[in-house]
Amino acid sequence: MFYREAGDFSTTYREDSQTFPIKFDRYRYYAVLIIAFAIIPFLLNDYWVNAIFLPFLIYSIAAIGLNILTGYCGQVSLGTGGFMAVGAYATYKLMTAFPEVSMVVHILLAGGVTAFVGVLFGLPSLRIKGFYLAVATLAAQFFLVWLFNRVPWFYNYSASGQINSPERTLFGIPITGANTEPWAVYLFCLVFVTISAVVARNLTRGAMGRKWMAIRDMDIAAEIIGVNPLTAKLSAFAISSFFVGVSGALFFSVYLGAVEVGEVFGINKSFLVLFMIIIGGLGSIFGSFAGAAFLVLLPVLLKNVLVTGLGWPTDLAAHLEFMIVGFLIIVFLIVEPHGIAQLWRVAKEKLRLWPFPH
Amino acid sequence: MPDQLIYAIEVFFNGLMAGVLYALVALGFVLIYKASGIFNYAQGVMALFAAMTLVGVMEGQVPFAHLINAVLGTKVHHFGWHLPALVGIVSTVLVMVVLAWLVQRVIFKHLVGQEPIILFMATIGLAYFMEGLGDMMWGSEIKKLDVGLPQGINLWIDEATYNIFDYGFFIDNLDIVATIIAITLVGSLVIFAQYTKEGRAMRAVADDHQAALSVGVSLNFIWIMVWSVAGFVALVAGIMWGTKSGVQFSLSLIALKALPVLMLGGFTSIPGAIVGGLIIGVGEKLFEFLVGPLIGGATENWFAYVLALLLLVFRPQGLFGEKIIERV
Repeated sequence: MFYREAGDFSTTYREDSQTFPIKFDRYRYYAVLIIAFAIIPFLLNDYWVNAIFLPFLIYSIAAIGLNILTGYCGQVSLGTGGFMAVGAYATYKLMTAFPEVSMVVHILLAGGVTAFVGVLFGLPSLRIKGFYLAVATLAAQFFLVWLFNRVPWFYNYSASGQINSPERTLFGIPITGANTEPWAVYLFCLVFVTISAVVARNLTRGAMGRKWMAIRDMDIAAEIIGVNPLTAKLSAFAISSFFVGVSGALFFSVYLGAVEVGEVFGINKSFLVLFMIIIGGLGSIFGSFAGAAFLVLLPVLLKNVLVTGLGWPTDLAAHLEFMIVGFLIIVFLIVEPHGIAQLWRVAKEKLRLWPFPH
Repeated sequence: MPDQLIYAIEVFFNGLMAGVLYALVALGFVLIYKASGIFNYAQGVMALFAAMTLVGVMEGQVPFAHLINAVLGTKVHHFGWHLPALVGIVSTVLVMVVLAWLVQRVIFKHLVGQEPIILFMATIGLAYFMEGLGDMMWGSEIKKLDVGLPQGINLWIDEATYNIFDYGFFIDNLDIVATIIAITLVGSLVIFAQYTKEGRAMRAVADDHQAALSVGVSLNFIWIMVWSVAGFVALVAGIMWGTKSGVQFSLSLIALKALPVLMLGGFTSIPGAIVGGLIIGVGEKLFEFLVGPLIGGATENWFAYVLALLLLVFRPQGLFGEKIIERV
């Protein structure tokens, strides 16, 4: 009833090609932004930020990054954990080497470093495809984790081999370290998430995104119609790794504060982010958010229901979580290969015709 | 002979033995991949699951004991029997066949004709599911597996080499047994594929699904059979690794070791899996021995991958794989 394109006239090309052409979508988008920026920060407490909002926001950036590579450009990567580690260690080195420079700069630079590493490990993609490539990206995963574990320069020769994020402020408000306020870290991450989403959305619907999708759908055909696979694939690797690096940087500096690389950025992290985009929807920015929200909320929910509600031991709940996640992956691949994003699209399509089905 | 060289020879042989075990896991991958085009990430978890089931059956554990206790408040854990290894192995094989049937029925029947990468991701989902299921059924603590295989240093080799080089080689009996079993297994698989009716049908399916269908081969049956055989190979691998280092979560990570083996040898080649396994086994042990101390050690985690990655850049189909031909 409300969801109509009828009566919504575009009078300029600019209006015609905007991200949300339907008025209702546009208002919904503004409403979400207002709620996220102006209302949620006042309602937050420590538990909500640490258990739900921060992981959700940070994983969303990682999922957007991987979605660009896997969902849009069709190159499956299992090295996400390794690239997040690059982002984390790059920020750590920058934070400790240049304490007076703003955190924002450090995090962006860390993204840049990760983009460079991503291109390096993306080079084989020019020769190998499909799951040969997927397995080859595992090389990045294992090599990078080993590197950060074994070369003391990366963790500043600390005795524990861990990296700890020192306290840094932005506009006088601490955003890393022990004395942070929930709303401050939330807003800090939210800004990054919003910018990432807007940038990613516009990249993927522009010329670059079309090239990526052409490569994804059939790389040889794409080459024949004039898409340069070298630049298309490597730019996908670079941009994807940039986002993943930013998320790794935030994950370490703002969310965890202390990181032991093998534990935090292991192969399971790569799979987790991959599952997010499968469940959320390959080739959809909204899907990245939906998948991240789903997989962040699921363990919290299970823990609350099973451990707190039914009094099960935690290890049993953890096993059940594994089963449920695996089961959901299979169900989604069978029933809805395009994930939650597709369900959302179908719902919107239905809504447009509602209440008259024809 | 200089000491370093003798050590290197010993490392070489140990690497060869480790390589056989990698090849054993890789074999399971190749079987499924050749017959159904599915790259089965869950192979390692299948090995873990098989080993857990074997221990569970032999020790008489009650399946899902933790779950039952948590829900009903009871305190069951063991049936109180101890079965001989052979009974355990036979019943585990049965479990693996049922599993193969379920996997085929519930999952891959619905995914026929999907892109390979979708199938691959489905097997990652399967791996997660089975990991949770295995822990839930049998508990997640480290278990000891003993099916009566000999273990410990082989004194005969120790003595013989001591007489020649003045330095006794340490080679584990278990590794020798594993090698013999692996060779037998590969030999019987080759005979099975070449000379039996089912084996021929399997090769026909591997060659061309539709052509095989049109001459009356049941795809469904072949796929279930292949998954069962892969389950059996997983069980053998699980027994070997489980005896060596205990049945625990890290067992499932051998799948990750088998992946570079496959890339090196080519996904479609049984000899490739074996040669690849040997190259990786020897290569990573020698690399760790020669270069490892210089750059901080524990290079085994990534050496295999980087080696495979470098090779793939020059030979995208692996050493023995079929040439990849692409058409638009």
